[in-house]
Formats: sequence, structure tokens, C-alpha cells
Amino acid sequence: MNYIWGGLIIISIVFGAINGKLDDVVNAMLSSVQNAVTIAIALIGIMAFWLGMTHIALKSGLIDWFSKLISPLLRLIFNELPKDSPAYSNIALNFSANALGLANAATPFGIKAMQDLKEEAIKAGKPKDTATNSMCIFLGMNTAGFQLIPASVIAILTAAGAVNPAKIILPTLIVTSIAFISAIIIARLLAPFFKEGAK
Amino acid sequence: MKEILNLVSIWILPAIILIILINAFIKKVPVYETFTEGAKEGFSLSVKIIPYLVAIMAAVSMLRASGAIEWIAETLKTPLEYFNIPADTLPLMLTRSLSGGATLGVFSDIVEANGANSYAASFAAVITGSSETTFYVLSVYFGAVGIKKFRHAVLTGVFADIIGIVAAIIVCRWWFL
Repeated sequence: MNYIWGGLIIISIVFGAINGKLDDVVNAMLSSVQNAVTIAIALIGIMAFWLGMTHIALKSGLIDWFSKLISPLLRLIFNELPKDSPAYSNIALNFSANALGLANAATPFGIKAMQDLKEEAIKAGKPKDTATNSMCIFLGMNTAGFQLIPASVIAILTAAGAVNPAKIILPTLIVTSIAFISAIIIARLLAPFFKEGAK
Repeated sequence: MKEILNLVSIWILPAIILIILINAFIKKVPVYETFTEGAKEGFSLSVKIIPYLVAIMAAVSMLRASGAIEWIAETLKTPLEYFNIPADTLPLMLTRSLSGGATLGVFSDIVEANGANSYAASFAAVITGSSETTFYVLSVYFGAVGIKKFRHAVLTGVFADIIGIVAAIIVCRWWFL
């Protein structure tokens, strides 16, 4: 990540200088950092709401029940996670929200799932600042962008006068499923090559 | 099929809320206090991700403004046209892992330039619809829980994105042409 991030910025400045767009690059930097704060602030409300709801679900035993129900399926994917982990429930909620295109609800569930995964890591005596194999699988699932109906894409096609915008649904589903399954397999295959750190 | 999915996506959140509240009443959990207790975390978590969000969004927007993406697209144009990949869609493949807003913007441009019923538009729709902003998800999720060593998470995301693009190329050729 250090090389990717640093590299992106260095490349931007070099290319900006070559193309004579250096002022655009600087302006983009200034406006985007403000944008980042706006996004984070906008997230507070929805985040607080869903974290409040999941807290009720947790205290009333719903998360436990849902985790037990869903864990046999998710255990096939998360081979290193304990059977009774509350992470299963939040992972399933995050996945369902993403699949239905509810990105706003998916983020709080995803962060909650990450927290659960971190607690499992601490319980197992793993380093606090290092991603575990389960975290990498979970991120892989998320970055593949599994979605049943790409609503915004269809909206743009429809607005532009497409005859049959729904025809893209099935091919998109095929592609996103392939990416989703590959992400899980890749995360599992790469894991042995990256040390988790001392116990 | 579409109506059913629409109905499901309208009902899913209210249904989850109903189930959570009704179950809590049965179990005699004080819902209001429990809710606010959990909601407290919303602020600190959102604030916690700001540095990561700033880092990733600054780098991505600088890259877009520099013209580097157009340069790469121009360079790869000829070899990729050989595979029936419309040249317009190249910037899309480069931005899809970086920025969701930018990807939708580029997609709209492609639809406008080529017509909503063109192969380029259909192909771009599949690429956009199957994308997720890998680097945003990485920085937000890991940032929120203080993970600094990402191990193979970045590589997994990048590989999955590449496989997604290749799959889109193959599936679209077979489906639309």
C-alpha cells in the first residue's frame, strides 16, 4: 500500500508536469481532501443509526442466532474463523446489503464485521495492526462488488434512451460472480505467502 | 423477476428494523438506551476513517487530473481493439477500482458518445455494474479498525479486479455480439 499510494501521487505530479496540468492536479488535491471530510461527516448519521440497530440486535441475542444459522455456509469460505464468532452475522448482513445495492447500510455492517474479526485476532494472540487471513477474505468479497441489480447503471442507460437496459443484468451478474468467487480463492491461495506475524 | 427484486430491495431494511425491534421487545431489551449506546460509536468511527479517506481520495483525484489515465488508454488502444474492446472504455477499467463517482461519470460519457444501444455502452455497463472501488473499501474498512499491515489484501483486490475485467470482455463478446 505504501508503494501504491506514494507511486500514485508521484506519477500524478510527473504526468501533470508533462501535460502542463500541474495546476489541475493541485486543485484536484485541494478539493478532494475536502470532499473526503464531507463524505465522512455524511457517514456519521447513517453509521450511528445502523450501529444503534445492530447493538439492539446484539443485546437481544439476534446476532448470535443469525450467526449460528449462517455460519455453516460461511465456514466454507472463512476456514480460520471460530464456529461461534459474531463476525458471521455482520459479514452476512454486509453481503446482503451489498447484493441489494444498499451501499449506505453495507458500510456500517462491514466495519462492524471488521471489528469482530479484529477481536477474534486479539483473542488468538495475533498482532493488532496486521490483517488476518479472514480479514483478507472478507475484503476480497467486498472488493469484488457482488450486486444483484446494478441500479445506477440501469438508470443511466434508461435515461439515455436504451431500448432494453435490463439486458445487462445477467451478464453483469455472471461477471461479478466470477470476480467474487475468484477473490475468495485468491485470498486463500495467497495467504501462506504473507506471514501473519509472531503469536 | 425485476418487480420481485425491486420489492425485496424496498422491504429489506424496514424488515430488518422490524425484526430487530420486535425481537428486542420479546426479550425485554430496553431498545432506546441500547440504540443510543450503540449509535455513539458512529461518530468516532466516521471520524476515525477521515485520514484514510483523505489519503486515498487525494491520490486518486490527483491521478485523474494529471491526464495519466488518458495516456495509458491511448497507449493500449491498438492492442485492445484487436479483442473487440472499444477504446473509449479503457479509462473505465482503470478508474473502476479507484473511484465510484468517477466511474459513473466516465460511464455516462461513454453512453452519451456511443449511444445507449451500442456495444460500447453495454460493455461499459457490465464493467461499471460489476465494479467496486477496491481502494476505497480497503482504506475505509482497515482504517476504521486500525489495521496498518494489509498483507495480501491489496493483491487480492487487484487480482479480482483484473479477473473481473477479463470475465467482462469474454462474457460481453459472447452475450452481445
